[in-house]
Parts: sequence; structure tokens; C-alpha cells
Amino acid sequence: MTVSLMIFLAFVALTLMITAWAAKKSSGAASFFAAGRRITGWQNGLAVAGDYMSAASFLGIAGLIAFNGYDGFMYSVGWLVAYLTVLLIVAEPLRNAGKYTMADILAYRLSPRPVRAMASLATLTVSTFYMIAQMVGAGALVSLLLKDSGIGYTTAVSGVGLLMIVYVVFGGMLATTWVQIVKAVLLMAGTLLLSVLVLKHFDFSFTAFFDAVAHVRYTLNGALVEQDFLTPGLKYKPPYGALDLISLGMALIFGTAGLPHILIRFYTVPDAKTARVSVVWAMAIIGAFYVMTTFLGFGAATIVGRDFIAKNGGINMSAPLLAQALGGDIFFAFISAVAFATILAVVAGLTISASSSFSHDFWSNVVHHGSDRGPYEEVKVARLTAFVVGVVSIVLAIVLGPGANVAFLVGLAFAVAASANLPAIVLSIFWKRFNTAGAVAALGAGLASSIILILLGPSVRGPAHAIFPLENPGILSIPIGFGAAVVATLVSGDRSSEQKFAELQVRGNTGLGSEKPTAH
Amino acid sequence: MSSHRPPDWDRLASTPQFRHLLLAKAGFVVPATLFFCAYYFALPVLVGYFPELMNRRVWGPLNIAYLFALSQFAMAWIIAFLYTRAARRFDRMAAEVVQMHEGAPEEAKL
Repeated sequence: MTVSLMIFLAFVALTLMITAWAAKKSSGAASFFAAGRRITGWQNGLAVAGDYMSAASFLGIAGLIAFNGYDGFMYSVGWLVAYLTVLLIVAEPLRNAGKYTMADILAYRLSPRPVRAMASLATLTVSTFYMIAQMVGAGALVSLLLKDSGIGYTTAVSGVGLLMIVYVVFGGMLATTWVQIVKAVLLMAGTLLLSVLVLKHFDFSFTAFFDAVAHVRYTLNGALVEQDFLTPGLKYKPPYGALDLISLGMALIFGTAGLPHILIRFYTVPDAKTARVSVVWAMAIIGAFYVMTTFLGFGAATIVGRDFIAKNGGINMSAPLLAQALGGDIFFAFISAVAFATILAVVAGLTISASSSFSHDFWSNVVHHGSDRGPYEEVKVARLTAFVVGVVSIVLAIVLGPGANVAFLVGLAFAVAASANLPAIVLSIFWKRFNTAGAVAALGAGLASSIILILLGPSVRGPAHAIFPLENPGILSIPIGFGAAVVATLVSGDRSSEQKFAELQVRGNTGLGSEKPTAH
Repeated sequence: MSSHRPPDWDRLASTPQFRHLLLAKAGFVVPATLFFCAYYFALPVLVGYFPELMNRRVWGPLNIAYLFALSQFAMAWIIAFLYTRAARRFDRMAAEVVQMHEGAPEEAKL
């Protein structure tokens, strides 16, 4: 058995113990969906960070910087700045006025059934796409990281899927939260250690480090070239590079505050004030992580080298290969295990967000008209949904196979969140006139335009045949989502939603009547 | 439960205390949001359309583009810090509104 497999199995054992502990404590709906609303500020901050920083961040951005220098680093900036939208606009009113899902805040003063049905569709779309990207990534990683242990793609995908089902079905939100906290701590420890080792390699001299970054050598079209890796434009080239970056930035800045699996984390804390504290904790952790991607990415470019990485597994192996170069096989094993832990925590968060939306929004409120079906039925349906979502993701990931180009699915998830979910959330909080027709239009148009533009874009059709030239549809789909919301609101003329605007305003801003933590 | 009667939302919403809270919040959140959006989108716009300017070295090998990208982290943290400080004031104002519904704090026993 390889060392990385042993470290990974130790992590799995720890998370299963957490799940068993959570299963014993868990009772009732608030416990299953929101961890009893008793998570503290710093705990939720770590959990938000653990929910958010996927393998795409850890392996993907390190690789982007290792191969494209500055452009990769610029790419990483938006992932932190996006939390200002969460902090200033969404987190507190959501916690004050909602219960379990993103749709709660929409259903408040709008007609619940159509709004919940659409919001649930958007949530399931975002979660499923994001999850398939993570699962395929996990499976592909295994063949690289654990290639000596005899574990193949199918086994890895099934294992990841099975574990996330176990966490969510038995441990609910409490287990998911603690899996995410453990992952965030591991990820930060691994990244910090790697950064320190990179600096040590340069005798702790920033001057030496950045001098090396300014003179990176690699092979381009068969010839050895020397390139200043702090130069912009190595990846995002004219004519559309700048527009694509702006479009991506829009999807991040407006999309993060519309990601269902991030939003439901704010229901796990006792009140809006703690939700605010937890965003600040998350920003400290996420920011520190992305600052350190400088050392991971540029370290891999200077110490390991682009050519070596390309020959030994490709761009996503930049961080693990850097670990191997600096700390030997044991450290390589540790960083590989961290990458798996990262994927597991994210897919668990996605599973619980999909299942709570299906159960609470669709089953209880759309199918059963919000009549009180009893909290146990809602939890039962959520557990069943988690199981189904898990099995479907495993099957889809296996069918797509390790070679599938799925990176665009993460971009699609952010685009839908920014173009469909965020307009509906923001307008329902701040615009008195906003009504049901507007929300349904925003969710429908935002969802459809994001998917259509991605299908027409270079990620799916290839750069040569793209009808829409950008990889990220945000620059067009976000105005479409907001525009549809405004037009449909004004055209429909329905003003019934104005009656409860005062109530939502007072609730959202004062916390009066908000959901309280459950007693033990 | 601290109170059994349902809040009179419309009355609370029209109190001067609540209007004051909304204005105070908007006074922070609106300019802060406009600022961070402008500051953030300046990065891809400048890097994309003025690459020569951004590639100018200002400190050893470090160019404007890298330092500007790095400054975004500081910007985000500073705004988060300022908001947390301002929010303490909003919390006090919100507590006043809640008190108008629940009565004096000593009555509002849990």
C-alpha cells in the first residue's frame, strides 16, 4: 500500500468517525439541514472555505500559474473579492429571513410554488454540474497520484461518491460541516508548508524568488525560451482574452453569492451577526490561500519546470510534483491526500445543497403545497435525494470517463449562479416592486442563457467553431438575467408582492422572527 | 419565546429608528460595493487593454500588474474590516428596533 493511500485512508477513517458522531447527535429537520444552527463563527468560516476551495483551486490554479505565470495569478484574485458581495449584500438578510434553502428568501414575498420550483431547478443544475466536474477530476487524479496502488478511475469515482452519500445520508449538515473544517485545515497546512519550502529553496529571499520568476525557461515549439512569468498576457491573448477575463470576473463576483451550497452554510449559525463573522473568517482563510498560490504556482514553474510537469502528468500535477521535488515521496503523498480530502468535502457540500433544495423546496412546498408534512418526511426525502444524486453522479462520471473535458462545468455553475440566482435574490431583497413573474423570468432566462452560451462557446465547440467567442458567458448572461427580471416584473403588473416587502425588510435587517438555534 | 404577539411589521418598518438603520446601512454598503467593483474590474481592464503600462517594472522584477493584483487582497480585507466595524453600529440600531416590538430588555426573558 502506498503512503498516499494510507494518509488518504486515515482521512476517510476520521471523517467516518465524525459522521458516526454527527448521526448520534442528529435529530429533526433543523439538525439535518442546518446542523441545529449551532455552528460558531470561526467553524463556519473554515467550513465555507472548505466548501468553496475545490480541487480546481488547489491543483488547477497552481497549474495555471505554473504554465501561464501572471495570468493564472490574476485569475485567482476574483475568488476572494467575490466574498465582499456575500458579506455586504447577501449573507445577513439570508440568515435572518430564510430557513433551509436559497429559495426561502425568494418565497417570502413571492408566490412560493413557481419560485421554489424554478429555484430548485437552478440549484440542482448548479450542484449537479459542479459535482460531475469534481467527480471526473477525482477519478482522473487517482490514475496519476495513486497509479502504483492499483486503484483505477471507476473505483475512485465510486469511492468518492459512496463516501459523500454516507456523510450526507447519515451525518447530515453537521457531518458535512466538520468534514469541510478538517479539509480546510489540511489544505491550509499543506499549502503553508509547501510555500515555506519554496521560500526555503530560495534561502528565504523574496528577491531571489522573484528574480527566478522573471527568468523562467521552458520549451516552446521545440525551442528553449526564457520568459518573464510576471508578464501579463501569456494565457489571455487578443482579441477576446481581456473580455473573457472580465466575463469570468463578473461570474465570480456575482456568482459566488448565488452558489446554493455556499448560501446554505449561513443557516448553520445562530444568527446574522455570526454569519457575518463567519464570512470574515472565510475571507481571511480563502485570501491567505490564494496569496500562497503565488508560491505554489511560481514555485512549480521555477523549481520543477513546465517541461517536466508536462511530461509527468500535465498541468494539474504542478502542486504535487512541487511537493515531491521539495519534500520527497512522503510530502508528495501528503499533498495528494489533501487533494482528495478537498474533493470529498466539496462534493459533500454539493450533495446536501441539492438534496435540501429538492426536499424542502420541491417536495414539501411545490408538490405538497407547503402543507405541514412533518419534519421527518422532509429529512427522509432529503436522505433519499442525497442517495439518488450520489448514484447519478457516480454513473455520469463513469460514463463520461477520465478524459472528459469537464472544467467548463464549473464555469457553467458560476454563470448560472450569477445570471439566475443572484438577480432573483438581490431584487427580492431590495426592490419593492419585484414580483413572482420577475423571479421566474430571472431564474429561467439566466439558466437558459448561461447553458446556451456555453454550448455555443469555445469550451464545447472548440475555439475554431465557436459561435459565441468567450469561454465565460457572464458578460452577456448576467445582464440577460437582470433584464428579464425587470421586464417581466413591469409587464406582469402584479403588485401583490409589495405587501410583504416591509416585513422582509424588517426581518432581513433586524433578525426579528428569525430561525433560532435548536436546543440539545 | 420572548414575545407571543406577532410583530406589526408595517409599523416597525415606518419607525424613524428603522428608516435611520436602512439609511445608515445603505450609506456604507452602496459606496463600498461601487468601490470594490470598480477596483476589481480595473484589473482585467487595465491588464487587457493597457498591457505595456501594466508591465512596467516598479520594484525589482515586480511590475505594476503583479502589485495591483496583490493589492486586491488587501483591498478586500480592508473593506471587510471596515464593514465589520460599521456593522457594530448597525447591530445597535437593529436592537433598538427589536426592542420597540419586544418591550424593555428585562421583560424579554428567554
